[in-house]
Amino acid sequence: MPEKVEDIEIQLLLEGLYQRYHYDFRHYAQASVKRRLRQAREQLGFRNFSAMQERLMHDPGMLGTLLGYLTVQVSEMFRDPTYFKAIREKVAPHLRTYPSLKVWIAGCSSGEELYSLVILFREEGLEDRTIFYATDINQDALAKAEAGLYDLDRLKLFTENHRKSGGKSSLSDYYSAAYGKASFDRSLRNQVVFSDHSLVTDAVFAEMHLISCRNVLIYFDRPLQDRAIGLFSDSLARKGFLGLGSKESLRFSDHSAAFTDWVRDEKIYQKSAA
Amino acid sequence: MSAQPLNTPPEAIVIGASAGALEALSVILPALPATFDLPIFVVVHVPPDKKSILAELFDAKCKVKVREAEDKEPIAGGTVYFATADYHLLVEADKTLSLSNDEPVLYSRPSIDVLFESAADAYGPGLIALMLTGANQDGAQGLKTVVQAGGTAIVQTPEGAYAAAMPEAAIAAAPSARVLSLKEISLYLQGLEKA
Repeated sequence: MPEKVEDIEIQLLLEGLYQRYHYDFRHYAQASVKRRLRQAREQLGFRNFSAMQERLMHDPGMLGTLLGYLTVQVSEMFRDPTYFKAIREKVAPHLRTYPSLKVWIAGCSSGEELYSLVILFREEGLEDRTIFYATDINQDALAKAEAGLYDLDRLKLFTENHRKSGGKSSLSDYYSAAYGKASFDRSLRNQVVFSDHSLVTDAVFAEMHLISCRNVLIYFDRPLQDRAIGLFSDSLARKGFLGLGSKESLRFSDHSAAFTDWVRDEKIYQKSAA
Repeated sequence: MSAQPLNTPPEAIVIGASAGALEALSVILPALPATFDLPIFVVVHVPPDKKSILAELFDAKCKVKVREAEDKEPIAGGTVYFATADYHLLVEADKTLSLSNDEPVLYSRPSIDVLFESAADAYGPGLIALMLTGANQDGAQGLKTVVQAGGTAIVQTPEGAYAAAMPEAAIAAAPSARVLSLKEISLYLQGLEKA
């Protein structure tokens, strides 16, 4: 079957995005990228992807718009409460033996997972000795994460998740409500460093004790997944922990030998001592 | 053009179902012979917080292999893949599966539209899409895309369905779809094997 024109256009668009702005989506799982690009094309009113590419090449303002479509990610606080329960009960006791800690939330998007971990660490008395690195490639998402404002109607779910995760306090202790938004306490950001970082093109930047990267790898193709997992492996201290999304695993990775299952059902791994 | 050209043998089947799915699939899947060699991808709307037991349940009842789809898994023939709860299931052009955490479509994750549209891209005229019982509109747009890509669309007779809304919406979106009873759909699938 000859290649469809649309497929060629998408390849060219992604190539252009990379060469012009160094954002590399060429090794993302393509079915999803295609779906998101089609949404962007329809909503922005381009007649085809070639027209969209022309705008992208000559109008840098288009970059942020397009990244918004390509990286949009809706999460929840304490999504999959059993994961956070496992961090609390099976990982935190080990982290407690270190005088200082580094935690990396890779692909933090608008910050739901970050705040979940900071609150959990505060409840476990670990926050003060920890630096949290919250990274993403999307500047708008990072700005949202840093603002810590969420629609108030999402808080019912967040609160329920927090309770199920074994929360030792009330989630309402950490935010104030105003104008339909929940504003999370700025003190939760005392120990957080927000930074632009790409799992596709950037390198190791610190030695971590815990890396949490949930539902990011599913958007990558197999070789890119492997690159990211290699980066995690190189970034982790000996016996450091890696937490993935519930449908992600190290099973098919070249780096799987560098890890052992820590909490198998929750996809929490430990870097092997070797 | 829903008629399948003679030079395009079927390569894969997608199925979408919601309310009443269990009974409908119980007519179709266990009847497939052990020699059936096409892959089948199924989206059933299930609550996000539930661990889906559909794959286990049907694996025990079917002669073909049945399992929950995994991310980046290469597609094997003669296997039924169920979408997992709270993730979209997509087919990649290189004939592997992907999961995605994108926002729900028409309140649904997994979404039938998302599966059908990606499978239409991957298989074109080689795809057969089945829309079964359900009480919402999910899948209608996807079925239209399947037809536009030259694939075959089949919809369960609305009158015979547990919930008629989904088959009705599918027929409205893809008027060239063949409308068959569950029994006829089952026989059609068994017939594919000999083709």
